Amino acid sequence: MTGAGMPAGATAALATGASSPENVERAPVFDAARLALSRDLTLAFRKRGQLIQPLAFFALVTMLFPLAVSPELSRLRAIAPGVLWVAALLASLLALEFLFRDDAYDGTLEQYALSGQSLTWLLFAKTVAHWLLTGLPLALMAPFAAMALGVSAAAVPGIVLVMVVGTVALSLIGAIGAALTLGMKRSGALLALLTLPLSLPVLIYGARATELAIGGSSFGAPLELLAALAVLAVTLAPLAAAAAVRISLE
Amino acid sequence: MRWTWFHRLASPPYLYALAARLTPWFAWPAALLILGGLYAGLVLAPPDYQQGEGFRIIYVHVPSAWMSLMVYVTMGVAAAVGLIWRMKIAHAVAASCAPIGASFTVVALVTGALYGKPMWGTWWEWDPRLTSELILLFLYLGFMGLRAGFDDTQRADRSGALLAIVGMVNVPIIHYSVIWWNSLHQAPSVMRFGKPAMPPAMLVPLLVLLLGFTLFFAAVLLVRVRAEILQRERATRWIGETLRA
Repeated sequence: MTGAGMPAGATAALATGASSPENVERAPVFDAARLALSRDLTLAFRKRGQLIQPLAFFALVTMLFPLAVSPELSRLRAIAPGVLWVAALLASLLALEFLFRDDAYDGTLEQYALSGQSLTWLLFAKTVAHWLLTGLPLALMAPFAAMALGVSAAAVPGIVLVMVVGTVALSLIGAIGAALTLGMKRSGALLALLTLPLSLPVLIYGARATELAIGGSSFGAPLELLAALAVLAVTLAPLAAAAAVRISLE
Repeated sequence: MRWTWFHRLASPPYLYALAARLTPWFAWPAALLILGGLYAGLVLAPPDYQQGEGFRIIYVHVPSAWMSLMVYVTMGVAAAVGLIWRMKIAHAVAASCAPIGASFTVVALVTGALYGKPMWGTWWEWDPRLTSELILLFLYLGFMGLRAGFDDTQRADRSGALLAIVGMVNVPIIHYSVIWWNSLHQAPSVMRFGKPAMPPAMLVPLLVLLLGFTLFFAAVLLVRVRAEILQRERATRWIGETLRA
């Protein structure tokens, strides 16, 4: 673990009263969450190679379709929303394995659970960091993939907006699956089996909103449903992920 | 002490004996209801004026589809009881539910495909009900896969229970998003259940079979729970004494 020095420092900072264990004065939840967030971002930028992997995977999956289906842009345009969303779903699934794995190995998650801070908030912060590092870049890259599939540039703002909202929900749903499979040796296929069925509503509304955005029509209705899913995921998924992490630490 | 019956259920020897005593009380009525319902449905009920004799497959398809959902809810409730009150036996019940529910789901999918051939002309149509049923099968497989992934029974129990609860929250969301998805693409659907037009000669066998399948599930669940208890408690003394007796 290359960044082992860093987590120890950040974890100590989470319980600010470390110098006087009796009268522990805890940092407010938001400070702790912010520290966890900045720690994850710092660690990620020290291993930049990992950051590019999901993006490269996304581009690669998108490239498979012209090769497998047809290079005609008119046909590709018709399937573009589905291609973008399937590629995004698979890329975010691939990235999920890194969400908690390193922190489970080096004991950081255990320290989080023992820190007295709300584990729910800390895991939410971790998931937000994960989204900033994978979901947001995917959403920003999607327009390029879309244009390569023959979509007009006018649809770009719509595609980015839908992708931003959808990847939030995907990251949070995925966090539950990643927390449940913590400590398993070969969790890849199982993670997909757990996460994909739960992600289907996101896929349905996301692909529909993207389709409408590409067609130039109003995509408010599916986007609102997608946003509702994202809000529900923000509210409930961190609780479930925290419960799963606690179970894995028992 | 109104809750003693509930606490006594948490004791493996008590539940093991109770399950053994209760099994015939569910198994025999289930057998009678299923045989009677099948006779009434397959022989006595008149053929449908549109679908002919082919409609009779609903007498297996609808109860299986109904049970696939009901077993999932049973599993989720048992899992929640196990997680909240730390009742190990409830986890054993949840674990026993999964293979039964997955089997009902497979039966519903296969009979749905068989039904689709004469009605739609294809084995598979992306009908919202069949699609939801397929997703439900993956939810069951995920639950069983997660449990199988852990060597430690307690970890498997608690992680699986959490997944079952998450799944229970998601089942309605998934179901309605699939219906919404289907309404966009307007696949021509011949199948229309739930219309009140069904005459009693067709409806009564269906209700009889629904009840029969439910009791059958209860009987199979009791047998599976006993097997699960035997496996979990294999190191205890009471198992040895019970089996020798």
